[in-house]
Amino acid sequence: MITARIAAEDDFDGWRNQCRGLMRLGARPADVVWQVGEQRTDLFASAEASLEAAPIGVPKGFAELARSVICHSDPERFGLLYQLLIDLKARQRHMGDEADPLLRKLEMMAKNVRRDIHKMRAFLRFRRVEEEGGETGGEEHFVAWFEPEHHIVRTNAAFFVRRFAGMKWSILTPSLTIHWDRQTLLEASAKLKTDAPTEDSVEDQWKTYYSSIFNPARLKVNAMLKEMPKKYWHNMPETALVTELIQSARNREVAMIEKDIVPMVADTLATLRAEADRCRRCPLYGPATQLVFGEGPADARLMFVGEQPGDQEDRAGRPFVGPAGQIFDAALAQAGVDRTQSYVTNAVKHFKFRPEGKKRIHERPNVSEINHCRWWLKREIELVKPELIVALGATAALSLTGRSLPITASRGQVFESLEGVPVLVTIHPSYLLRLPDAKAAERERLQFVADLESAQRRLYR
Amino acid sequence: MTQLQVTEKLAILADAAKYDASCASSGTVKRSSSKSGGIGSTEGMGICHAYAPDGRCISLLKILLTNSCIFDCHYCINRKSSNVRRARFTPKEVVDLTLNFYKRNYIEGLFLSSGIIKSSNYTMEQIVEVARSLREDHDFRGYIHLKTIPDADPELLEAAGRHADRLSINVELPTREGLNRLAPEKSEERIESAMGGLKTSILDGRDAKKKYRSAPNFAPAGQSTQMIVGADAATDSDIVRRANGLYDRFGLRRVYYSAFSPIPDASAVLPLQRPPLMREHRLYQSDWLMRFYGFAPQEVVDAAQADGMLPLDIDPKLAWALKHRGQFPVDVNRAPKEMLWRVPGLGIKAVRAILNARRWRRLRLEDVGRLTVSIAKIRPFLIADGWTPGALTDLEHLRASVAPKTEQLELFA
Repeated sequence: MITARIAAEDDFDGWRNQCRGLMRLGARPADVVWQVGEQRTDLFASAEASLEAAPIGVPKGFAELARSVICHSDPERFGLLYQLLIDLKARQRHMGDEADPLLRKLEMMAKNVRRDIHKMRAFLRFRRVEEEGGETGGEEHFVAWFEPEHHIVRTNAAFFVRRFAGMKWSILTPSLTIHWDRQTLLEASAKLKTDAPTEDSVEDQWKTYYSSIFNPARLKVNAMLKEMPKKYWHNMPETALVTELIQSARNREVAMIEKDIVPMVADTLATLRAEADRCRRCPLYGPATQLVFGEGPADARLMFVGEQPGDQEDRAGRPFVGPAGQIFDAALAQAGVDRTQSYVTNAVKHFKFRPEGKKRIHERPNVSEINHCRWWLKREIELVKPELIVALGATAALSLTGRSLPITASRGQVFESLEGVPVLVTIHPSYLLRLPDAKAAERERLQFVADLESAQRRLYR
Repeated sequence: MTQLQVTEKLAILADAAKYDASCASSGTVKRSSSKSGGIGSTEGMGICHAYAPDGRCISLLKILLTNSCIFDCHYCINRKSSNVRRARFTPKEVVDLTLNFYKRNYIEGLFLSSGIIKSSNYTMEQIVEVARSLREDHDFRGYIHLKTIPDADPELLEAAGRHADRLSINVELPTREGLNRLAPEKSEERIESAMGGLKTSILDGRDAKKKYRSAPNFAPAGQSTQMIVGADAATDSDIVRRANGLYDRFGLRRVYYSAFSPIPDASAVLPLQRPPLMREHRLYQSDWLMRFYGFAPQEVVDAAQADGMLPLDIDPKLAWALKHRGQFPVDVNRAPKEMLWRVPGLGIKAVRAILNARRWRRLRLEDVGRLTVSIAKIRPFLIADGWTPGALTDLEHLRASVAPKTEQLELFA
């Protein structure tokens, strides 16, 4: 183990000197422990790296990258940079190879440092304090408190000198303080936030400007947050207004735009049906003859949801009236369920088919069609408020619960609809029509009746 | 003159300026105050000092000198017939505000515009006086953008250009018919001839600067313009063609688009509606394609739908790619830069990184992944070492699989 010491977190020259010595020793990156300042971090380190060594040539672009990365807060940075340096010398990596994982990682660290530098230039706020007495008497002094993420304060000082050369200013940070007296830049020890002034009379004007320049007709909160993350907010006076501005903007925009447009939400099954009749959310309305909406009492305790209307339902405009409907009716009668007391509907309200000669062959609705139609089913459930819903088949189960449930494994079990209503899953009656083996069909039919009985029992439990 | 009065005026005159989209403070010469002991610097790239909840950056103090106006443009909140409260700054008040804000690091500089009072010349004189005082009385070296009034005397425009970094004249609406209908007192000829005059002065200034280092600057950040989107019947194709014509003829740095906002007390000629923000965004993207990605204006127009509008759900580059699937997939290890620029999801920086990296290695898909944000959207358009998209590029539902999912409603906690 070799301990390489450098003077400060952003001490690029110190790091470079240590690298020269380490390379002369032939030290492997894994054997080097990097230490900043006086603090000891590794008790097992044995030898100390030598300081003096001849300069080493590095490829173009490396020094610039390293100068940025050194300012990063990650303690691994010294070792990672040394690793890259060794690999570059051994020609195992190349500065231009931006897809190289290590180089990429360091580039991203440099990018974060540059961003932090930029954000400090953008979001630092000075407050004016009046100097007391003194020879100049009542001189303006501008003081800022800033908490950078990385070790960038020294690097960034030159910018503030270029920009505010004619002003006396100080920037206080948790790691160090810099002062500019219009002639020279001085460094001092770290300060606390409480050492900085807490107000400035111009801030009210600035806040007035901030809220007036904001256009309440456009709200793009995420765009704001992306560029001005909340971690910077506590040192920016104007950010105190943001929440209120957003709230009042929503109200103002609504007042301005929707003055006379009251959103219509159907509150009876009849109006809901009329609305669904105009639905163009998916293309199924086109080829179908008509909408097949649910039917049954508006206060039904039990709701049945099938897949979609079939050929005969499409012509009749009513659910479950075709061959599958007849099986359904018979099974209901055997189980002792009164269909006229139940609400019967489908997951998809238009018939989906492909023409084959004169015939119209049933086609399964896809997920998008089911999702588009879910709105209508949701409103039916909200209006009828059933105590139990029976999902007939996989499509109904998917639409109701949002999960693709395997029917044979789930039948007879109770799940929950997205609205929180219990959903008992069973087969779709048309399944019984498709079973070629009469014995198997009869077995399945009895099981279906048993499922319906169990639904009925749950209601009267 | 008390503080309160200035603050009240500020509320009115900032409110009146917010429909102007431009806030850029980039692209000017480097200046600093370190030698002069004055105040202010410009470093090429402007800084956004804050962001408002409308998503726009706040870089400059953007205000009007006055919101009184002798014109009656329908889309404008400050038109003669509007009921808004009126206010007027003195040049000194604007100078003080600018310096006070600048010294606290709130802003990069000033963007001053104005309603037209008395006459075009009188108004322009006042605007120029603000800039002069900042530069000469206070040695201010920050950024200054002045809105220029097309009808003002050339000497005034000359003076404006000496003090300002950028000048702009708004073309206002993308079509002449729109301008005639909604801004009856303005004329396309006058606007364009003033822009032509500025172009000449900017170029002359640059030439003089090359010959004599001491020659004065003339608007070193060039000129820009703005048009309002969604207030007239212009399609995106119309707008793209118009913008391109403006870039070509007047050497503009930027064309800004401002989605028409439902303004309080709007003129009855215009309907109230939500501002077409996504449309504005797509137009900016198409602007980028022409300025940085080597797209010809006609190609951007190609990306539009039959009705001349760019798709709102996908960006114009993706729309172009989906219409020109024959040009894809592109071999990431061999394709020229211009073709890589056309791959949806590959930005200028990513392409530069790919060009650098492929001098050293054959790029695999995961290598490209490290250089970009998301590989999933790019994959169908690329060939890399060990990866061909196969039939993926030809899939019917490619659009659905690469288009962004419907955005969730914006939440703010």
